[in-house]
Amino acid sequence: MTETFYDVMRRQGITRRSFLKFCSLTAAAMGLSPAHAGEIANAMETKPRIPVLWLHGLECTCCSESFIRSAHPLAKDVILSMISLDYDDTIMAAAGHEAEAIIEEIVKEHKGKYILACEGNPGLEQEKTGGMSCIIAGKPYTEQLRHVAKDAMAIISWGSCASWGCVQAASPNPTGATPIHKVPDIGNAPIIKVPGCPPIAEVMTAVITYILTFERLPSLDRQGRPKMFYSQRIHDKCYRRPHFDAGQFVEKWDDEAARKGYCLYKMGCKGPTTYNACSTIRWNGGLSFPIQAGHPCIGCSEDGFWDKGSFYDRLSGIHQFGIESNADEVGIAAATVVGGAVAAHAAVSALKRTQQKGDQE
Amino acid sequence: MTTMADTAHSEPAIYVYEAPLRIWHWINALAILTLAFTGYFIGSPFPTMPGEASGGYSGEANYLMGYIRFVHFAAAWIFIIGFLGRLYWAIVGNHHARQLFMPPFFSASFWEGVFHEAKWYLFMVKEPRKYTGHNPMAVLFMFGILVWGTVFMIFTGLALYGEGAGMDSWIYTYFSGWIIPLFGQSQDVHTFHHLGMWFILMFVMMHIYVAIREDIMSRQSLISTMVSGWRMFKDDRDVDDGH
Repeated sequence: MTETFYDVMRRQGITRRSFLKFCSLTAAAMGLSPAHAGEIANAMETKPRIPVLWLHGLECTCCSESFIRSAHPLAKDVILSMISLDYDDTIMAAAGHEAEAIIEEIVKEHKGKYILACEGNPGLEQEKTGGMSCIIAGKPYTEQLRHVAKDAMAIISWGSCASWGCVQAASPNPTGATPIHKVPDIGNAPIIKVPGCPPIAEVMTAVITYILTFERLPSLDRQGRPKMFYSQRIHDKCYRRPHFDAGQFVEKWDDEAARKGYCLYKMGCKGPTTYNACSTIRWNGGLSFPIQAGHPCIGCSEDGFWDKGSFYDRLSGIHQFGIESNADEVGIAAATVVGGAVAAHAAVSALKRTQQKGDQE
Repeated sequence: MTTMADTAHSEPAIYVYEAPLRIWHWINALAILTLAFTGYFIGSPFPTMPGEASGGYSGEANYLMGYIRFVHFAAAWIFIIGFLGRLYWAIVGNHHARQLFMPPFFSASFWEGVFHEAKWYLFMVKEPRKYTGHNPMAVLFMFGILVWGTVFMIFTGLALYGEGAGMDSWIYTYFSGWIIPLFGQSQDVHTFHHLGMWFILMFVMMHIYVAIREDIMSRQSLISTMVSGWRMFKDDRDVDDGH
């Protein structure tokens, strides 16, 4: 029989006391009632662990980097050791044929019972052009992805790459980088998106823990993101929100308002349009997050954030007009044209009318 | 400024706009101005206020953005409910109340009327036609810009409002949930909601200009009609929209 989570933890020298602490902490992180801590503990003691295959496509490994820095050391140790037992080409010990054999073994022996965690996405352009890129064990990543996805219990799309496409899918997207849920023939496994560039470490570990513990996906929003971490915007829970409501803004970098920690809205903060948990869970063990460090949110967990114009502009760039422009500039230009036309038309109307009057007399 | 003071006014005035329609017109106008003003300053806020940030009820503390947003949302609800009321009135009101929502796109004489009105605005004809209701060009613009612009702003506006109301709210379920992915992401909805404001403001500019101009230069009353409901005529020849 496969080891349970608890077995793995004990083998790693973790005390039962620490284990129970971990269970309560995880329950709290997932917004569950304290009663669920027992349920988590029970699940971890009795259930055989679910294999996780962690595949890497076109990506920058920032998701892995984030993941291994999960603040709660226990979560990191436990989950990481469980995953490294299976497959993650960046951090596993095995290499070459040995490593690839693991995939085949898991796919065959745990058919429909393993989780596929995708970091990065496939470049589909090579399928059309016959080009070779992102080759893993002599085969294009797309093939590996489809092969593993077919029999997976669920797919986790780590980060903005797998969820939305991210920088490699930014215009003009030369490699045809495509988020996992849009890859043709990906199969029918449910896909859970955990966007962010990278996602918050604790969010990643909590999502995995939830799936492993309850053997089902957490409740997702309409776009497939776990509600417990992506149901509110950065803005909704931002500690600088009172300054927003008061109308107190940083007007330019390092002005007095910046020193006082006022709202970064006018500096182009994407907090009001970004769904993520940065303002609650924060980063690096709850130490800080971009806004706390004095920089506006760039909206890295939102779809296509590279293509929405400047990071320091709250409105999307509108490129159809040939020049970088935003809604206000377009609106003011159009209003000026209409205003000018109205004035000119009024002038001509008045002139015509005087003429007609003259004719009548 | 009656132009033909010597002409006899034998044509009787016609009651065109019923009271609910007139009330809606002015409430809607006020709501649009309020929404545009507050909306613009939500997007590009006033210069920073000094003083305390929190404790909006204490009187000393600032709550400027909070108040501006409150006024925007309050005006938005008036705008939405007003529009629903206006739709209802289009059903139960007189036939002039329906004109705005149903341009006769498949009628040749309608398009002929549009072109005639265009010619009148290009100073190519000496005299406009005489209408009890809106002229065809006006119907086209009101339907194309105001009606659809209003629908667009209500839907995108509720989508944005739902973000604050939260994923559990019915507004999020019925608006934000599908509108945000439709546009791409929240920022895109903000951007288009902003563009929609300028779209409607352009209508407002043209509408006010044209209403004043027609009041002076056309053959029927305009502004007073939207106050009293009665259409007055400046000559006694037949009307062109056959009522």
